[in-house]
Amino acid sequence: MEIKKGVGVSPGVVICQAVVLDAEEYRIPERHVGPNQADGEIDRLEKALAASREELIDLRDSTSSKLGTETAAIFDFHLAMLVDELLLKKIRAKIKAENTTAEFAVATILREYARDFLQMPEFWADRVKDVYDIEKRILRRLIGESREGLSNLTEDVVVLAHDLTPSQTAGLDRKHILGLATDAGGRTSHTAIVARALGIPAVVGLNDVTVSVDAGDTVIVDGNRGIVIISPEESTIDEYQKHLRRQIEFARELDQLRDLPAVTMDGHEVTLLGNIEFPDEATNVIAKGGQGIGLYRTEFLYLGTENSEPTEEDHYRAYSKVIEIMEGRPVVIRTLDLGADKYTQARAAVPERNPFLGLRSIRFCFHHLQLFKTQLRAILRASLKGNVSILFPLVTTLMELRQAKMIMRDVMEDLEEEGIDVRSDVPVGMMVEVPSAALQCDKFAQEVDYFSIGTNDLIQYTLAVDRTNERVAPLFTPANPAVLRLIKGVIRSGQRHDVGVTLCGEMGSDLEYILLLLGMGLRTLSVAPPAIPELKKVIRSVTIERAKKVSKKVSTFDSDKQIVSFLRNQLRQVLPEAY
Amino acid sequence: MEITLTNQHGLHARPATLFVQLANKYEAQIQVIKGDLVVDGKSVTSMLTLGAEKGTRLRITAAGPDADQAVEELTELLKSGFGED
Repeated sequence: MEIKKGVGVSPGVVICQAVVLDAEEYRIPERHVGPNQADGEIDRLEKALAASREELIDLRDSTSSKLGTETAAIFDFHLAMLVDELLLKKIRAKIKAENTTAEFAVATILREYARDFLQMPEFWADRVKDVYDIEKRILRRLIGESREGLSNLTEDVVVLAHDLTPSQTAGLDRKHILGLATDAGGRTSHTAIVARALGIPAVVGLNDVTVSVDAGDTVIVDGNRGIVIISPEESTIDEYQKHLRRQIEFARELDQLRDLPAVTMDGHEVTLLGNIEFPDEATNVIAKGGQGIGLYRTEFLYLGTENSEPTEEDHYRAYSKVIEIMEGRPVVIRTLDLGADKYTQARAAVPERNPFLGLRSIRFCFHHLQLFKTQLRAILRASLKGNVSILFPLVTTLMELRQAKMIMRDVMEDLEEEGIDVRSDVPVGMMVEVPSAALQCDKFAQEVDYFSIGTNDLIQYTLAVDRTNERVAPLFTPANPAVLRLIKGVIRSGQRHDVGVTLCGEMGSDLEYILLLLGMGLRTLSVAPPAIPELKKVIRSVTIERAKKVSKKVSTFDSDKQIVSFLRNQLRQVLPEAY
Repeated sequence: MEITLTNQHGLHARPATLFVQLANKYEAQIQVIKGDLVVDGKSVTSMLTLGAEKGTRLRITAAGPDADQAVEELTELLKSGFGED
């Protein structure tokens, strides 16, 4: 049994067997075989080597006839490695001595060489690439075409990875994945957001969990305490199972709140909406008692399809599905927020040096006008089916907002000319997630129907903190007085101009902040669906009068630490069982 | 006898490949020595771990029926600079 400490980013506990993703994002197969299976593994190794050699000979010959022998020489080097008896002996010896699988032995031994090369002068260090290339070639043969991703699981598992990318999480088989644990990441990493959306426990920032766990090991992912227990003892499992039963009871209690309104004890109504990424999550919003969708992130339409852009019909189908599930409840569709992510950066001709200050989000859309228009067409067409509004992300200047609205009008006119019906009164809102927008919100208020405060980016841009950089991540907090002042300013501005204000960042699902936000005047929150019941419970246990006092008190504090401990204390008084 | 590497990039991937290709034609066991380092002259990965740059002094030893011929021809190959300038 081994306990790893990380950061719990999505609550809950799961006891399950693990799958581990390798650096290439594929599953590493079992590492060990039975003692009498080593010979079979060596057979597999020899076959894979023979096939790889043939492949290389073909490759060398065709390259040399097309590009000349100089270019083909590198394959001679690869071939020389594949017949390097000393190297092969080491691999065979590892299989025999430790009863490992052929693929594990190949990967381990080649990586030892790779490490040696890395410490050598330039020309030799470059050979690391060749070593990895050879490793891949052999592994491909060993594992065959059946190299498994995460989309076709047959059993319940928890997924362990170095980090999860948006494209990986888009491909997750959500029926069978019960928990996530990663080496990297912080409270607002992508893994965290996805886990909360799916309502499964997650622990991130575990540093080396993927090295410590073998595929098939039993692990406990405890998202409440931020720990992962590897190969737990019986007594630990028992203890956790008891805990799980208590949790289920608490969840059942919360479920009873589903059809009750989110209204404070002194009669103020609060609207609780859900954030979604995939159309089928809409069902979960309703199941958790959400009154609509306050943020539909549409990036997943792009991340799910590996090589082609989604068509207008792809968009239209996804939006229609959500709108139909919501049966007339509000659905806020945010336009494409791509740019500062691995997906776009990996495809960019020239990767940006500072993507979060680069061509992302609405800026990206202006540069890829056709893509933007395709999405707008689909949203406008789907808007006939229900209560849809459009939300533009990362608006920084008034000119940008006007440009986005102008493009939307163009699209509308195009549709009308084509004789396609659209609603002409689709409400338009903007994300307030850049300090410039928050500071100028009185101006913006005259040109939008609503504001949606995106706290993750607002914090990052206000405090100049990269939330995924573990070394500065502690500076990233909604409780920073400057951040709170900006949020309060936006809420007040919305009230003055009769413009709706929703808060849709992670801050909203953190129970600690709800009293404060209510006190500042916020009445609409959009959060990950699993967070709705607990939020509702807190809201139903407080008065706005008390919330206002909390807000007033908080504005007198100097540091986020003071604020957090004060808010925690308040919450503990209101809802002791939240802890 | 010590041989000084004259080719531009020393014993990098291509020359090391040519070396072991030739070495493997002999029955003899072949060792390449750089200072205290002794590696198997038939193993390309080991040859690379020598990290032998231009100007490095190497020694070749062999043991077996065709040892003399092996040392002679491999020495020639090293001296030739592998056809590089």
